[in-house]
Amino acid sequence: MWDFPLFPDQASTNAPKLDALMLFELGVLVFFTMAILLFVLAFCVRYRRGNAADRSHPPTHSKAMEAVWIVIPAILSVVMYAWSTRLFFDLYEAPADATQIDVVGKQWMWYVQHSQGRSETNELHVPLGRPMKLNMTSQDVLHSFYIPAFRIKQDVLPGRYTSLWFEPTKVGVYNLFCAEYCGTNHSLMIGKVHVMEPADYEAWLSEKGVGPSQAEEGGRLFVQHHCAGCHRGSQTVQAPRLEGVYGKPVPIQDGKDVHFVTADDRYIRDSILLPKDQVVAGYEPIMPSFKDQISETDLLKIIAYIKSIANGETSQ
Amino acid sequence: MSASALAHHDGPPADYLSDSTVASWLLTTDHKRVGILYMISVTVFFAVGGLIAGLMRLELMTPKGDVLATPDSYNRMFTMHGVIMIFFFLVPAIPSVLGNFLIPLMIGARDLAFPKINLLSWYVYIIGGLMGVWILIFGGIDTGWTFYTPFSTMYSNTMVVTAAVTVFITGFSSILTGLNFVVTVHTMRAPGMTWFRLPLFVWSHYATALIMVLATPVLAISIVLVGLERLFHVGIFDPKLGGDPILFQHLFWFYSHPAVYIMVLPGFAVISEIIPCFARRPIFGYRFIAFASVAIAIFGFLVWGHHMFVSGQSMYAGAVFSILSFLVAIPSAIKVFNWTATLYKGSIKFDTPMLYALGFIGLFTIGGLTGLMLASLAIDVHVHDTYFVVAHFHYIMVGGTTMAYLAGIHFWWPKISGRTYPELWGKLSALLVFVGFNLTFFPQFLLGYLGMPRRYFEYRPEFQVLNVMSTAGASILAVGLIMPLVYLLLSLRQPRNAGPNPWGATGLEWQVESPPTTHNFHEPVLVTCEPYLYSPEEAEREYAHVQHVHSS
Amino acid sequence: MHTSSTSTAPDEGTQLLLSHFDDLDQQHLTSNLGMWFFLVSEVMFFSGLIAAYTVYRALAPDAFKLGSHHMAMWVGFFNTLVLLTSSLTMAFAVRCSQVGDRRGIVRNLILTALLGTIFLGVKASEYKTEIDHGYLPGRSFHVSEHDAEVLKAASLDANGNLDEAKFSRNKGQFQMMFVLYFFMTGVHAFHMIVGIAAVLIFAVLIRIKWFSGFGTTQVEVLGLYWHFVDVVWVFLYPLLYLIE
Repeated sequence: MWDFPLFPDQASTNAPKLDALMLFELGVLVFFTMAILLFVLAFCVRYRRGNAADRSHPPTHSKAMEAVWIVIPAILSVVMYAWSTRLFFDLYEAPADATQIDVVGKQWMWYVQHSQGRSETNELHVPLGRPMKLNMTSQDVLHSFYIPAFRIKQDVLPGRYTSLWFEPTKVGVYNLFCAEYCGTNHSLMIGKVHVMEPADYEAWLSEKGVGPSQAEEGGRLFVQHHCAGCHRGSQTVQAPRLEGVYGKPVPIQDGKDVHFVTADDRYIRDSILLPKDQVVAGYEPIMPSFKDQISETDLLKIIAYIKSIANGETSQ
Repeated sequence: MSASALAHHDGPPADYLSDSTVASWLLTTDHKRVGILYMISVTVFFAVGGLIAGLMRLELMTPKGDVLATPDSYNRMFTMHGVIMIFFFLVPAIPSVLGNFLIPLMIGARDLAFPKINLLSWYVYIIGGLMGVWILIFGGIDTGWTFYTPFSTMYSNTMVVTAAVTVFITGFSSILTGLNFVVTVHTMRAPGMTWFRLPLFVWSHYATALIMVLATPVLAISIVLVGLERLFHVGIFDPKLGGDPILFQHLFWFYSHPAVYIMVLPGFAVISEIIPCFARRPIFGYRFIAFASVAIAIFGFLVWGHHMFVSGQSMYAGAVFSILSFLVAIPSAIKVFNWTATLYKGSIKFDTPMLYALGFIGLFTIGGLTGLMLASLAIDVHVHDTYFVVAHFHYIMVGGTTMAYLAGIHFWWPKISGRTYPELWGKLSALLVFVGFNLTFFPQFLLGYLGMPRRYFEYRPEFQVLNVMSTAGASILAVGLIMPLVYLLLSLRQPRNAGPNPWGATGLEWQVESPPTTHNFHEPVLVTCEPYLYSPEEAEREYAHVQHVHSS
Repeated sequence: MHTSSTSTAPDEGTQLLLSHFDDLDQQHLTSNLGMWFFLVSEVMFFSGLIAAYTVYRALAPDAFKLGSHHMAMWVGFFNTLVLLTSSLTMAFAVRCSQVGDRRGIVRNLILTALLGTIFLGVKASEYKTEIDHGYLPGRSFHVSEHDAEVLKAASLDANGNLDEAKFSRNKGQFQMMFVLYFFMTGVHAFHMIVGIAAVLIFAVLIRIKWFSGFGTTQVEVLGLYWHFVDVVWVFLYPLLYLIE
């Protein structure tokens, strides 16, 4: 019967701090509720009609009393406010050495991209005892990334990045929820957070057999979206080759002038979505836009692929 | 029809119920009749909203979706539950029923300032309500009552535009009611009825009406913008087109947070009348309670951002909204403490209205203090959008407003209908509502802190035990809520036995017949004293020597 | 005024007292206060819009500035004058109702309605021009070459290169300027239409002596509404047309 939890797991550095505040506020709540309950009960018993009691000159007002019950709650409020705001600001100040993980929310799944290259859906693997920072965005509507055991939550918005950081303190598997209502399968937009020993985590990251790597996946999409038709090998259509492009300056035709832009993630992303605006010098603006045709997650993969061929080793 | 003709001009003036033709009801400008029209309508909507709630609780008995066929049907259920309960029950319940009926009586006026506009507001409400029913029958809406963009404007496949129009229209009903109350309190008071002789019921309704007039238009405008964006894809709130979804939340909560006070201030109004009457003594700290209502109305406009602590607004904005939210708790606390102090040296009798009122104090205290937890930034990060919030606002809205509404209905039922109701059944219903309510919603606090998000059709199996407890409690609550409907309706079959003042109360409304005549007062009213001039010592003597007028 | 030559029946000069009021002062005060609070509600309605406008203007100053440049400033100025004049004639109408000049009321009300109609006509022609230029948001919205150039110039990144994402956002916000423009002026025009209809109805009612006592209270309350609608325009005009 009593095999269900009444208190959530504490699995991050934030959790015990928050629970301490919560217990304090619970104490305040219980104290005031009990105080009011006791007074109400005592008065109701003592002054019930028919009971002999001194009822002469019932007071109708008292500035002193009012002052007491304005000042005491006000002081307690300030204490609770200061305490909770301190904790809240900590949630915004990720340690400088935090490892970043990218998260994309979409109806109705979480896509997680580790900086080391591995990606996963509806699961998040993190190492014990290391601060992790999540960089999050949404592909469609509002979502909210929520891990109860870490006591953290942050809305995930389209067209904007929000972030969240935590430091796991207990190995285990914890719930991951979407907390902002996002449509039909909102309640299925859930997953698991796996907190692992750092060694296990490293092993997990380098575990390659599970499927194609991020870049390989991108290479497949590169062909599937017919990018390879123009950008690869000796094709009839004239398009710039992409081997070795990433991270290098690219000449851009700007009216009569040519200026240089570094081919970083953003440039590649823009070139895919809005190809006509920054055309490489010497080429015709003939590439069609892929706006609304490639998802955010696939874009990340294609960018990873172009990154992977930066040193000129094409996988042809 | 003939009865009304006979009663005309002969004998004592007819009471407001005597003309029973349908036309006389639908064309009435009598504030009391409009109040009754509202009473019938909000009861119907409460029943519909409650039925939906029951289905949802049934669904949540098991972690898997089984009672309702699809997640979509569940999503539509909780949206309709929210829309109906908020816009068609909680907002109009106390002001439009009891406020309409009582404010003119309490201030010694023959009617509200604008009787025709009062009737108009009911028609507007009914048009909105019929559209709401239309939505319910033909497809529903699945955005949640908060209409968050861009889901509502770009992604939902349901009747969002119709719902936006519904909310827009219903908003006007509230604006008109608010307008009427504010002006009535300013200009229609009887000679001698100074501001500090007003019953606290009127003070609270005045504060409520101010919020209705000031906040509702902002909701109207934001909901129109949602409709425009959805119809024309112009990108007001859609980031893809340069809009900002957070702006919608700001506009929405600028109304919807004060709306919480639209719903709960009238509850305070009722409780402030009942406690002194059944404790037979003047209310403690009259001026503090009166000013607290106004303070709540003002502060209520400054705290909307506390719904958005994790939305991505700046953390400094969060910090400001947090401290303001703590501040707004203080006037609420003042009220609770003053009501408690009113019991001291009283002569307390535990009739049904008093039982409901005492229940209100307890539940509102818990609801209010958990509100402080939600105002605490770091805690809110954890419990935001979980069942903790659901439990919190049900403690305010059901434990607070609905309990107060029932308290008020019982207290003024003899005045409204001229009949008494069976006291024993009344007490039983108060007890069942209190117990059932706690069983339903207390487990939800635990669920929320455990991390169960709200608006979940299916959930993790470890949450099941608490959900089953909640559903079991809901069945008790349902029985407690149905009982008054039955015995109050049955009481209409007995003769008018209440007499003008069955509770021995002091308000002006108790000085006239039950039910009152169409123009309320036979002669001009002159007010010469403060409200709540009860004396506990006389109550004692009265009790010892005279049988109480009110028979159980 | 000397023109008050209409019949002077005994009940002409005094207003009827509705049964739930004690005296005429109370009735008059109540009507006025009712309109004032209604207008407060209207202020909140427009301030929601103005808040949205201000926020977006702050977020996208370039796009909004460009939008303002496309407004016909002098046409707007002319319209402002027309509206202010209509406020004056409305004030005359109120004055006439106070001194019991029935013809004066009717004449001034009709003048007011006329000026209001001129305003709407000018506004309609403005809309027409704007729609022809493709400024109507939605499917038909069209950013001209010239506008695109200006927006591009405003969308450069730190190195002086075009920031595509910013450009795309700027185009969206350029459209948003027109969403808000059409919506705000549209809502205002709606209030004008209601106002003109009410003014004309009142003119007829005054003429057929529908109101007791020259309809002093009624005309005064109508005047409050009319002045409010004018004041809204006085805020909208600089916000939409003038701000640089």
